Amino acid sequence: MMKWVFAGLIAFSLIFGSINGDVASVTEAALSESQNAVTLSLTLCGVICLWSGIMRVAQTAGLTEQLAKAFKPILVKLFKGIEPNGKAIGYIVLNITANLLGLGNASTPFGIAAMRELEKEESNSPNQIGSEYATDNMVIFVVLNTASLQIIPTTAAALRLKNGSAAPMEILPCVWAASLAALTVSVITAKILSKKRRRLTAGRIPKNK
Amino acid sequence: MRVSDFAVPVIFVFVLIYGLCRKVDIFSEFTRGIKEGLQTVLDIFPALFALVLAVGMFRASGGLEFIAFLFSPVMKLFGIPQEVAPLLIMRPFSGSGAVAIYESVLAETGADSYAGRVASVILGSSETTFYTIAVYFAATKVKKTRHALPSAMAGDMTLWILSGILVSLWFY
Repeated sequence: MMKWVFAGLIAFSLIFGSINGDVASVTEAALSESQNAVTLSLTLCGVICLWSGIMRVAQTAGLTEQLAKAFKPILVKLFKGIEPNGKAIGYIVLNITANLLGLGNASTPFGIAAMRELEKEESNSPNQIGSEYATDNMVIFVVLNTASLQIIPTTAAALRLKNGSAAPMEILPCVWAASLAALTVSVITAKILSKKRRRLTAGRIPKNK
Repeated sequence: MRVSDFAVPVIFVFVLIYGLCRKVDIFSEFTRGIKEGLQTVLDIFPALFALVLAVGMFRASGGLEFIAFLFSPVMKLFGIPQEVAPLLIMRPFSGSGAVAIYESVLAETGADSYAGRVASVILGSSETTFYTIAVYFAATKVKKTRHALPSAMAGDMTLWILSGILVSLWFY
């Protein structure tokens, strides 16, 4: 996938450059943007290191587990028919907590483990309509991950600072409101569509297979 | 004084005090975390480099402006500045790509401009939707993701529409 994006951008920059009669700027950009990539990475390096440091302290102190405990009751309600003390919900809770804290590296492995456990747990449940089909709870979980739960948008803040923002964090309230609204809409849509689609697919799929 | 001024220092102080209370050697844990952070940067550097380069060349050729122009009617409908259009397109596919475009939007319009703020809200409140769906379901035997994509897109579109409105309400 990314190979096409990469090749496409570069090929089209030659084409657009030729049409606009400004291939010289494209050449210049190739050199200056290589430098910019390094500066950009150094900018991000600062904020990523800072955050990793703080979050490492939080994890060692057991704050993540503490938070996870607090979120569990809410999350159990979101997943219909889930085993409340099962492995799946355990991973789900850890994944969501890691997302909230912006621990990108930790959240994906938890997320993948959660998907596998959901698959196992629901293989014989009435939630399952066929092993090729995503279950409702899988969809809810994925949708929680495609919405951004990160409390502090560190990347955006770092790049705002780099580009001369007077108050890099001033966007926080807007980010929170937008994230929350997007999350709510996603979950509600998933709940509504799960009923609708189930009716549509029910005729086509042999039961208990 | 706003809530956003407090968020970061409050989190720092809370985490550090909590760590001290739990008898964690906070200094050595903090430095260990920094080392992990450095590793993260090394991991993302190659992809970020490639995409900053490609997006930068594309921008210099006038390509980003062309895409912005192409999508300006749709953007107007959503009330989003047209400079942000390329970000909306790249965001669901690639995190590094989105960062590269975001940087280019900020460099062009300024971080505290209307377009800069809307782009910031979009980057901060969205995820790499398509990539996430692909990676998560790839871990299972599921072939039909059913309503996962439409539900996720409904959320994404909500925040596209809201980003402009929220920034206008909060700042102007």
